[in-house]
Formats: sequence, C-alpha cells, structure tokens
Amino acid sequence: MTYDILITGLIIIAQILAVVVPVLISVAFLVYAERKVLALIQLRRGPNIVGPFGILQSFADALKLITKENIIPSGSNKIVFILAPIITMVLSLAGWAVIPFAPGWVVSDINVGIMYLFAVSSLGVYGIIMAGWASNSQYPFLGALRSAAQMVSYEVSIGFVIITVLLCVGSLNLSKIVLAQQTVWFAIPLLPMFIIFFISALAETNRLPFDLPEDESTLVAGFFTEYSSASFVLFFLGEYASMILMSSMTVILFLGGWLPPFDVYPLNVVPGVIWFTVKVIFILFLFIWVRGTFPRYRYDQLMRLGWKVFLPFSLFWVVATSGFLVYFDMLPN
Amino acid sequence: MVLYSLTFYLFSSVAVLSALMVISAKNPVHSVLFLILSFVNASGLFVLLGAEFLAMILVVVYVGAVAVLFLFVVMMLDINFVKLREGFLQYLPFGALLGIVLVIELGILFLTDRSSNIYNNQTPLQPIVNEVENTKMIGQILYTEYFYLFQICGIILLVAMIGSITLTLRDKGGVKRQNIDSQNTVDASKAIEKKKIKIGEGI
Repeated sequence: MTYDILITGLIIIAQILAVVVPVLISVAFLVYAERKVLALIQLRRGPNIVGPFGILQSFADALKLITKENIIPSGSNKIVFILAPIITMVLSLAGWAVIPFAPGWVVSDINVGIMYLFAVSSLGVYGIIMAGWASNSQYPFLGALRSAAQMVSYEVSIGFVIITVLLCVGSLNLSKIVLAQQTVWFAIPLLPMFIIFFISALAETNRLPFDLPEDESTLVAGFFTEYSSASFVLFFLGEYASMILMSSMTVILFLGGWLPPFDVYPLNVVPGVIWFTVKVIFILFLFIWVRGTFPRYRYDQLMRLGWKVFLPFSLFWVVATSGFLVYFDMLPN
Repeated sequence: MVLYSLTFYLFSSVAVLSALMVISAKNPVHSVLFLILSFVNASGLFVLLGAEFLAMILVVVYVGAVAVLFLFVVMMLDINFVKLREGFLQYLPFGALLGIVLVIELGILFLTDRSSNIYNNQTPLQPIVNEVENTKMIGQILYTEYFYLFQICGIILLVAMIGSITLTLRDKGGVKRQNIDSQNTVDASKAIEKKKIKIGEGI
C-alpha cells in the first residue's frame, strides 16, 4: 500500500522532470537562437565567443545573473515581490503537463486539456501584475496595468479561436484535437483563425510588436524594472517558456501536433516527437522573425486591434464555422 | 485511496484558511490575492469531484478575468480601508446571523434527505469516472432541458452589459479621435503642401 504510493509518486516526479528539464534546456537555446537570428536580420554576428559559435552564451548569462546580488527595494511589498517571479515561472511550466508530444507521450491526458491550457495562460497575468504592484515604483506599475488590460483583451479572441477549433473536433482533449487533423491540418480550412491565434499569442506572451508591458523606450523595463539577479532570471525563463508553450498550443490546434504533413512512407516513419519539435521550432522562428521586423504598436492601436478587429472577426468565424458544419452535416459527434 | 483524501484535505483547508485571510488581511491587495488562492483551491475540489469542466471554467472566468479586474480596481483606487473598517464590529451581529442561518440550512440538508441518491453514493472522495465526458453531459442537459433558462441568462447578461455601457459612455465634446482608414490612405499630395515664404514674413 505505502510502497504503491511511493512508486506512483516517484513515477510522477520522473515524468515531471522528463518534461521540465528539456523545456528549460530549450529555453536556453531559444534565447541563443533569438539573439543569433536577430543578429542575422540586422547584419551583425551575434553571440560568438562562449563555446563553438557562441552556443553556450545563455548558460554563461544565466550563471552571471544568478551570482549577482539580489536586490529587494526597501519600499516594496517583500512577500509579493518575491512571489511574483516564482508564479510566472511555475505557471509557464505548469501548462506542459497536458501537452502531448507524440501519441501517448503526455504527463496527464485530461479530458479538458485545452481548457486547462487556456486557464494556465490566463493566469500568467498575475505574475506581471503582482510584480508591478509590489515594486512600489511608477514604471513597473504602469507596465503591470498595461499588461493586465492587454492580456485580458486578447484572451477573449483566443477563446473564440479555440471554440472554432473545438467545433471541428468535438472534444476538449488535446490528443483528440491532434487526431482530428489526420485528413487535413486545421491551419488550412481555418487559416484566418490560425493567423488571429498567432497574433494573439504574441500579445499574450508580451512579445514584440505587443511588448508594451516592458516597453524599454518609455518604461525602462516595464514590470521587471526593479528586479535583479535570480528573480530576473525567473521572469526571463518564464517569458521564454510560455513562448514555447504558446507555440506548442498553436502546433496542436492548427498544425497537426505530432502528425506528419502527409501520411506517406518516408514521412510517417519519422517519430512524432520530431515532427512536433520541428513545427514548434518553426512557430518560434516566426515569433523571432516578427520581433526583428515590426515596430512596436502604440497602446491604443493594440486595444483597437484586440477589441474592434479580432473580437468581431473571430465571433463571426465561430458563427460561420458552426453554420457550415450544421448545414453540411459534418458536426463531430 | 489515501492520495485522494490527502489532496481533498489539502485543497479544502487551504481554501478555508485563505477565505479567512480575505476578510482579515490588512492590505486590500493581499485580500484579493487570498481570494484568488481560494478560487484556485475550490477549482481543485471540483477536479476531485470529477467535474473537470466546471473547475477549468472557474479558473478561466473567476481567476483569469473577474479577479484580474478586482485587483486592477483595488490597486488603482486609493481607498482608505482602515477608515472603512472602523464600523466593522457594528455589522458583526448581522454577519453572525447570516452565518448561523447558512449553517442551520446546511445541517438540515445533511440530516434529512439521506434517502436521495446523492447520499447513497458513499465513496465521495473519488472522482466519478463516466463514459461520457462531463463537458458533453453539461451540454446535453443545458441545451435541451434548460434551454429557456439558458437563454434568459444570456438576456440578463446582455441587459447588464448594455446598462454598464450606457452608464459609462459619455460623449464629451472636443475629443480628437483617430480615423485609421483616412490615416492609411494619406499620400504625399494630401499630407505635404508647398509654400513660398517671403524672407522676414513667415506664414
């Protein structure tokens, strides 16, 4: 009896580690890739000193940041100030529990997987808002307020996009969403929704061109202005981990998860996890590409895009998709 | 299942304690944060009951949207909560009365209706695993049996939304608005005007 619990516990911990450790390592390489791609876009060399081609640069940076002094401002609300980066980091890792990397490769295959992901990504705003408030300083506070309004606005259109996909699947389980795309990836029939989801994902992860919460040209560093050392590292890791999480969500919803593009001989012997990784890397490249290409939105433009363009359009698509499915009797049972 | 009981007691005790902290914390922002903790634990209890859809909706709606706006308001408004609390004790009898009524009602519920099938199920600490997902079950009952009630809920929400918009929408004069279409269609002939300026005169 007690041994059973012990063994179950050990298996759970092993599964968690098997997901979290690769995620953290890929965060390190994502940071390196981002700097390298941006450098190529801007005709520079990028990091090229630490290790071959500078590949160990992020590890060196992390080491440097962690060994620095952790400064907690005397006017801050200390407990909330320390909790904020922890919450950001934990939430960006918690979502990985339901991501299916390949058939059966999932820590927890729950029925409401997509709702869980949506819930976890909507909680992400708390880390930022708590950081901004607890710092007790003007720039972080402005950053937190911006972020609260921005993330709540874009969640609405993300919700409608998810509903459109779910109408075509008939289940909230992520593995079933992937399996429903065996004939055609949802990115093709639902292309406008794919684009809206990608842009909303940029806003949800506070990436350029929507990174107004940290807007360095007006708010110094936004909500993490007062953070240093290890707590800054947690914010940094959290941002990139949630970027990868949103990319995997895009891949699962629209690009067929672990499925190969065509179910033919040389493509379908490649393991699913490799297809999944390749697709996630592609979406992440788009994230970086957008960062290197577009200027930052003004805040009122950002709000206008969310509420006046995306919301009506995605609502229209929910109605159109359900009408289409009912009319042609293609509703999944 | 020891694990289920342990998680149940963990979630419920944290939920109750954080609910207590909501009303006893000095700082209003801390109160809201404890409220969020309480919501999250309540959703954990829903998961243990096997009501996973309700649990996720609780987190998405209450924690992800409502509590964010709560926090927003509490952070923005400079309310003197110490002053608000001054008359705290004079409301105590009323609050206590409400609490006692609730406890009595719950007690009646537990003591009387034991024969109904809710209480026949004597293994409450395990999630009820069904063939049909409970998202589907909710949908099947909500859109058939309770269809009219569901529509009425929608209308009430619509009325509330229109009401709050009409209360806050004020058309102040002299506000410069941006017309995105006209801005995007601007070209050099519309935007630039050439003028000959005489020296020493200006425009």
